Amino acid sequence: MVPDSTFASAAIARNPAWAQLLGLCPLLAVSNSVVNALGLAAASAFVVIGSNTLISVLRRQIPDMARLPCFVLIIATFTTVATLLLEAYAYGLYEKIALFVQIIVTNCMILGRAEAFASRQPVGRSLLDAAGTAAGFALALVTLGAVREVLAHGTLLRDAEHLFGTHAAGWQISLGFEVLPLAALAPGAFIVAGLLLALGNRLLRARPATTTPDTDAT
Amino acid sequence: MADLALLLIGALLVNNFVLAQFLGLCPFMGITRGYDTALATGVATTFVLTLAAVIAHLVYHGVLVPLELEYLRIILFIVVIAGVVQLVSRYIEATSVVLHQMLGIYLPLITSNCAVLGVALLATSQDLSLLETLVFSIGAAGGFTLVMVLFGAMRETLDHEGIPAPFRGAPIALISAGIMSLAFMGLTGLAG
Repeated sequence: MVPDSTFASAAIARNPAWAQLLGLCPLLAVSNSVVNALGLAAASAFVVIGSNTLISVLRRQIPDMARLPCFVLIIATFTTVATLLLEAYAYGLYEKIALFVQIIVTNCMILGRAEAFASRQPVGRSLLDAAGTAAGFALALVTLGAVREVLAHGTLLRDAEHLFGTHAAGWQISLGFEVLPLAALAPGAFIVAGLLLALGNRLLRARPATTTPDTDAT
Repeated sequence: MADLALLLIGALLVNNFVLAQFLGLCPFMGITRGYDTALATGVATTFVLTLAAVIAHLVYHGVLVPLELEYLRIILFIVVIAGVVQLVSRYIEATSVVLHQMLGIYLPLITSNCAVLGVALLATSQDLSLLETLVFSIGAAGGFTLVMVLFGAMRETLDHEGIPAPFRGAPIALISAGIMSLAFMGLTGLAG
């Protein structure tokens, strides 16, 4: 395959969560532990890669006038499949994050990539772009999940058996301290995400001081 | 009656959709730049959310459950929400120019507001009756509007404060939302 910056640019420069503040609801809700974050990241990746590839394949068949409803229906179908798969193979995890897996369908990051990229580009590039978007979202989810889990419980990968099966029960890494139980609760999600975002801004000061990127309010 | 009141207070304040359940964050962070837009979005969302939740309830229990097709709920609810948004925006366009100018541009965005889908999914997964669904969705939408308006007013002030550069924009908004969420946690125990 020709080296292509599609993947990297979708994952890093246009990171859906940090750079564009898309998909904040699942990001904040499910990032209370690394395992929950990984579960949602996998489900989102399945939906974004599957739907964008299919949309790219069908891009000449979908009439321009009805394209948004078609995209939404395709995304909703993949979301349904992801929900059913999770329910069948990781029920412990499903019980915790079910609502947010079903809500992937309204994650504007996915519809945004379908409209801006997959509906205009050949299948290979759309696949790379979708994989990049999914990787960027996963990166943001897992980072936030790891920071919150360490702060709140002093552990990493607790309850790994919910996602990886019973042999993963011993994967939990305990660091032996609990700093801030608040980090696992709702206020902690907002505060830790705000602090991480500020840290990111501080580290990436090379670029001109931009205020909030003008995200769509969707 | 007491149950319904508890359900309302619970959805409105204790389990506030934005601050405790993380639903509807995109409009919360995106639109609440000022008080007026926050209020308009809140009103439009309340209207659509309540109507969509009731219709979704009727279709779910009237069609999907008898046919044992519950797994199609996500697709169906999305279609219902998009339909309600279209209907409401056509109706407003035809009846009130003022209302259309005020709410027109916010209506299409509601289709992808996850709070609307979230209420419909939560109401059906908890087996709420039609009346309970109505009360629950009014509470949820009211809580959304309340927080949108409070936060909109707060952000107007934040814009004029001397905030360190890395915190400007989204980070300080998130941290303020966290502090608000902390305040709302104080209401835990008020209703079930």
